[in-house]
Amino acid sequence: MTTMPLSRAMAAENAAARPAPPAPSRFVRTRQQLFASPGAGVVTVVAALALAAILWPAIRWALLDAVWYAPEGAAACAQPGAGACWAVIAEKYAVILFGNYPYDEQWRGMLIVGVWIFWALLSALRFVPVRIRLAGWALIFVGSILLMGGGVFGLTPVGTDKWGGLPLTFLIFGGTVAGGLPLAVALALGRRSRLPILAALCTGIIEFTRGVPLLVVLFFAALILPLFLPPELNVNKLVRAEIGMIVFFAAYAAEAIRGGLQSLPNGQDEAAKALGLSYVLRLRKVILPQAIAAALPSLFNDIVRAFKNTTFFSILGLFDVLGATKIALQDPEWIRYTTEGYLFIFALYFVFGSGLSLYGRALERAHLTRLRKAGK
Amino acid sequence: MSNTASTRPGFLVRLREGGPRAILMQLALVAAVVGALVYLVVNARAALQAQGMTSGFGFLTQATSFSMGEGYFNFTPSDSYLRAFAAAIGNTIVISAVSILTASALGALIGVAALARNPILRGVAQSYVYLFRNTPQLLQIIFWYSFFALLPPVRDAWSLGFGIFASNRGLTLPAPENGSVLTLMLIVLVAAFGVSTLVMRKLRERVDLAMSPRSLGLLRAAMVLGPVLIVWLAAGAPRGWSVPELGRFNYTGGATLAPEFMALYFGLSFYIAAFIAEIVRGGVQSVDAGQIEAARTVGLSEGQIMVRVVAPQALRIIIPPLAAQYISLLKNSSLGVAVGYPELFSVANTSLTYSGRTIEVLVLMAGTYLLISLCVGLGAAFINRLTQYPSR
Repeated sequence: MTTMPLSRAMAAENAAARPAPPAPSRFVRTRQQLFASPGAGVVTVVAALALAAILWPAIRWALLDAVWYAPEGAAACAQPGAGACWAVIAEKYAVILFGNYPYDEQWRGMLIVGVWIFWALLSALRFVPVRIRLAGWALIFVGSILLMGGGVFGLTPVGTDKWGGLPLTFLIFGGTVAGGLPLAVALALGRRSRLPILAALCTGIIEFTRGVPLLVVLFFAALILPLFLPPELNVNKLVRAEIGMIVFFAAYAAEAIRGGLQSLPNGQDEAAKALGLSYVLRLRKVILPQAIAAALPSLFNDIVRAFKNTTFFSILGLFDVLGATKIALQDPEWIRYTTEGYLFIFALYFVFGSGLSLYGRALERAHLTRLRKAGK
Repeated sequence: MSNTASTRPGFLVRLREGGPRAILMQLALVAAVVGALVYLVVNARAALQAQGMTSGFGFLTQATSFSMGEGYFNFTPSDSYLRAFAAAIGNTIVISAVSILTASALGALIGVAALARNPILRGVAQSYVYLFRNTPQLLQIIFWYSFFALLPPVRDAWSLGFGIFASNRGLTLPAPENGSVLTLMLIVLVAAFGVSTLVMRKLRERVDLAMSPRSLGLLRAAMVLGPVLIVWLAAGAPRGWSVPELGRFNYTGGATLAPEFMALYFGLSFYIAAFIAEIVRGGVQSVDAGQIEAARTVGLSEGQIMVRVVAPQALRIIIPPLAAQYISLLKNSSLGVAVGYPELFSVANTSLTYSGRTIEVLVLMAGTYLLISLCVGLGAAFINRLTQYPSR
């Protein structure tokens, strides 16, 4: 017979360490959250029923009753009981993705889209050094323009009026960011300059551009600017619109970078001055790397917006994905199925847009981790 | 912005301290900018004169000779350009105002739902934000337009209950017979709400105030609803509602919101609502958890905690980014041009083609947008000052 322990303390000493209570499984935890109290249970049931009432017809329309392929034409979609007519995509995908680009040359567009997506994924994984990533983007950007335009290496020339679809959307976006960032840095530095007239001028440009709609800026650049230029100077319409995009992006990005510049303590610049570094060296080695790293999260919001804003080109009569889709869906045979066409490119933009914003979030987290490690 | 400006030395001080070289360089910069602008305008003048176009703002009194789709305010081809611009600015303000109200309500709802403990509510709210934030606004507007254009014709219109019908002519719904009285009542309601907020602030600051929260609430209700009631009574208390009825070809009675209006309204509100939801979520999350625990300890109900503790503190963080979203919504109402809603940009665009006064129309349009953005910015700054902690 074992003797009774003299005290609780002794019992604790003798007892073997107990394992932690088992963590509730994911299923149990979810159930606990769903039915935490009677009220919560009612909310769950009502919300689930409402969701089912909306989702079930949507799924039936979009998947179960949908017509996926109609080689004989739109008649297959017009049958009673037919749901979404995805056949319109199978019929029009070439125009939606590549616009009016000559059919025989569309491999160039496919190549460009493939290379951009490949390099974007590689850049997102971040095991390639930044320098190589950026150099790769510059090379790909110039290469894409040469490939689209042709006229070199024995490629047939294709005028910019024929450019369209996803490759054009990518090029507009790439050009906006590549051209806009240097301008944004210049405007931000100018606004913070101690030279008062320069600062006032940069402030004026930034605030004016931010105060009017992008459509007004684009409209001015693409349609009105030729009137203000001497007739001999004939700039391509696509390039003019792109200039508008760059200026608009730069005005917003300049404010993000200015925020980054303001977050730097004065000591950084003063210490660099004390070391005898020149203005350009101080900027390149001390100020800008830190300011841009701090500005990156809000800068990335502007970059995502620049991607979404490429659709504005369709209003100017250019054929980015949205503009190309508009002409693709004008076919009278398929005109009843424009909704499906727009839903398709909605999904397309959603994939690229959320990819970009996810990358932006990851950058923001990386920046916060870096700050924490630096003890700030 | 104002902070950095106030810590910096003044304009003239900075101009002088740069030395003669800096002054000369900046004068050269000014000369270059002014020279470039003059050069551009001279070019444009020459080009316009070569096309036989006159300049000046005289055209504003001439007849437009064009008409546009249906808006809240309309104009006919015999109306002057000035009237057309006034109607267009009115349309921009009306569609922006209703979209801002809708987006704020929807955004607040979704933002709070994104923080709910219920996984279903949270999931729905997060999916909404993801879907509407990461896709282009213009695509959304065009999608809604194609959606409304493909609705059945009036004969087979969808009945949504309460006398509301959706067809390819747009949304037809019951409306009070005397619409202008309702508009006036709404304007008075908003104004009275603003005034009562200020009066309440002044009252609460008084130490010797001997009024219970309940009577304060009653006083406020009277201040807000009283003027509205007076307007209604002064107009002869109109009570008639016009309910849509299907005639042979179209509805008679009720009010119809055209597909152009609905597309732009949905496109503007649903897109911005996703951004507002994120701002609201961030604002609510920023309130210290200790505040909520303390409020529970003193026995406030969950609703009271939200209204009395969380909301006032969250508002301080929410208002500045919210104002930026409102301005963005106002500016993006220019996308109405894609669906033919007669707002400022569409009307300016068409006026430009018909009148040929490129520079004048551009100046008018850009100036109006700048002015509206500025007004919203100033209004937000004022409200922001009201919500901040009183400085001691």
